[in-house]
Amino acid sequence: MSMFEQLANRDRVFEFLAPAASPVDVRHGPILYLEDVNVSFDGFKAINNLNLTIDDGELRCIIGPNGAGKTTMMDIITGKTRPDTGSVWFGSRHNLLTLSEPDIASLGIGRKFQKPTVFEALTVFENLELAMAADKRILPTLTAIMKAEYRDQIDEVLEMINLKTLRDKPAGILSHGQKQWLEIGMLLMQKPRLLLVDEPVAGMTEQEMERTAELLTSLAGKQSVVVVEHDMGFVRSIARQVTVLHQGSVLAEGTMDQVSNDPEVIKVYLGEEA
Amino acid sequence: MASSQTWLLRPLQERSTQLFLGVLFGALIVVTFLHLFMPQDSALHVSAYTVTLLGKYLCYALLAVAVDLVWGYLGILSLGHGAFFALGGYAMGMYLMRQIGDRGVYGDPVLPDFMVFLNWDTLPWYWQGFDMAWFAFIMVLLAPGLLALVFGFLAFRSRVTGVYLSIITQALTFALMLAFFRNEMGFGGNNGLTDFRDILGFNLRSDATRLGLFIATGIALAIGYVICRGIVTSKLGRVSVACRDAEARTRFLGYRVERVQLFVFVVSAMLAGVAGALYVPQVGIINPSEFSPLFSIEIVVWVALGGRATLYGAVIGAILVNYAKTVFTGVMPDAWLFALGALFVLVTVFLPKGIAGLLQKRRKAKDDDTATGQEATA
Repeated sequence: MSMFEQLANRDRVFEFLAPAASPVDVRHGPILYLEDVNVSFDGFKAINNLNLTIDDGELRCIIGPNGAGKTTMMDIITGKTRPDTGSVWFGSRHNLLTLSEPDIASLGIGRKFQKPTVFEALTVFENLELAMAADKRILPTLTAIMKAEYRDQIDEVLEMINLKTLRDKPAGILSHGQKQWLEIGMLLMQKPRLLLVDEPVAGMTEQEMERTAELLTSLAGKQSVVVVEHDMGFVRSIARQVTVLHQGSVLAEGTMDQVSNDPEVIKVYLGEEA
Repeated sequence: MASSQTWLLRPLQERSTQLFLGVLFGALIVVTFLHLFMPQDSALHVSAYTVTLLGKYLCYALLAVAVDLVWGYLGILSLGHGAFFALGGYAMGMYLMRQIGDRGVYGDPVLPDFMVFLNWDTLPWYWQGFDMAWFAFIMVLLAPGLLALVFGFLAFRSRVTGVYLSIITQALTFALMLAFFRNEMGFGGNNGLTDFRDILGFNLRSDATRLGLFIATGIALAIGYVICRGIVTSKLGRVSVACRDAEARTRFLGYRVERVQLFVFVVSAMLAGVAGALYVPQVGIINPSEFSPLFSIEIVVWVALGGRATLYGAVIGAILVNYAKTVFTGVMPDAWLFALGALFVLVTVFLPKGIAGLLQKRRKAKDDDTATGQEATA
């Protein structure tokens, strides 16, 4: 085929012509796919031949002792850390290793950090406004206008995360648990396909925990959710599928009952699993 | 919430901006009136000298607003904004130099005096076009803007922030100072550019031109203030604050932090350039000392004194400190730097939010009073 014919071939979509934000392809099932990922920091293997698949719409809990590589794994998925080897795919079209953090975020991967980081100088409402899915380039942001429909969206999320009364208060005055919720709310505003939630219930009261569990389970199905958590009670209350990480690779995978009866897992957790 | 307006009009609906513009234009009108209509021997007469001095303060105020935009709202402590100010000043100086024409000491119709003195026989390429006002005025924006663009692109892309960025900006202005000191650069060496005659055909030494420049500076300050206010009250302004407080988090929300920083930095540099361009015809000279690191640090002190992240605080700080400087250097010139240092220390310790913080506190106390009063009556 001559060059011209190749170019004129209308079945073919050239990569440079495809819009950057082309939809995530989940026809084959998994929304997130990590294969043989390795990362080492100064000789310490934080991630060691990690293989992990998350299906579309799944709610997955990831547990593991400190230093098991949970946060590093999140860093890799969101583009903060680049692995030494391995591949990471979002759907079957997007290679996350070639994308920057904002690109990955706008593809639809939202992340809640271990330590809640909200913008303390801005109000709760403004925090959600910034998180809202929108054109995030400079000029559209400068000329952005707060439309009634956006305000409704934000109010809806405020309702969900139970912060309606604190709408116009600076986020700095929120309690730890409320900040956690605000972060989850910010995640929701981004309308992500995949939510990565790092220790959502740290520092929460029993009641707050219950509400968070409700919130996360209600999200699953529409969105895929990956929860990293230490609190076994909480994991038990929401988990359908649990992955245990240990020393940077997957130790066990299955339902909570399967996993907690696994002798290997019991050995690693030694007493923590009561 | 007046958020349905376009970003540039939005500030005009805010009470604080209306108040600011009211005070500014009021001052312009009062000074103009006192200058024009009060008899020379009256105690209320404002002399042409004072008008120019006030014009200089307004230039500094605009410069301080530019610094507050990047420091207060974006968290970038620039210790090199004097460089953008000076570049704008040089662009204007080059225009004014070319306006002298053959009235210079050596009477060369094209070459400025210092070039004749250096035995140059042709105008360097980068002096071309500066005989035209429109070109020079574009360069006033373009030269600082371009420097900020290149510098910011390199710095922000490499994610240089905090103290390191401050040090690099300081180095930038220092390097430019050394470069402009060299005669070979073609900007008049350590004497700089001076001996200006007229601007847009008006004689720079006449009182009317001086008054015109003063009013033009006031208007420039008003426009600059509204632009900055428009940016900080827009969504982009909130994104800037987000970058300032939690840069990594902002990135995970999908914003390109380095582009936000670059945009705001370039806007700020252009405003600083305009301030410099208005400064030069009023003081009558531009030389490399405007690039000195000390000057850039002084600007930051004005903003800190006035109160960060308020914009009007920067204006108050710049005017007050420079007024104090005028008075002080008249009485005991050697002690000025000590006084400035002492002032800075006192304000950081007792007024961490500057003068603007003091005003806000007072207003809030008043609001609380009325609020509790209302509750009591209800």
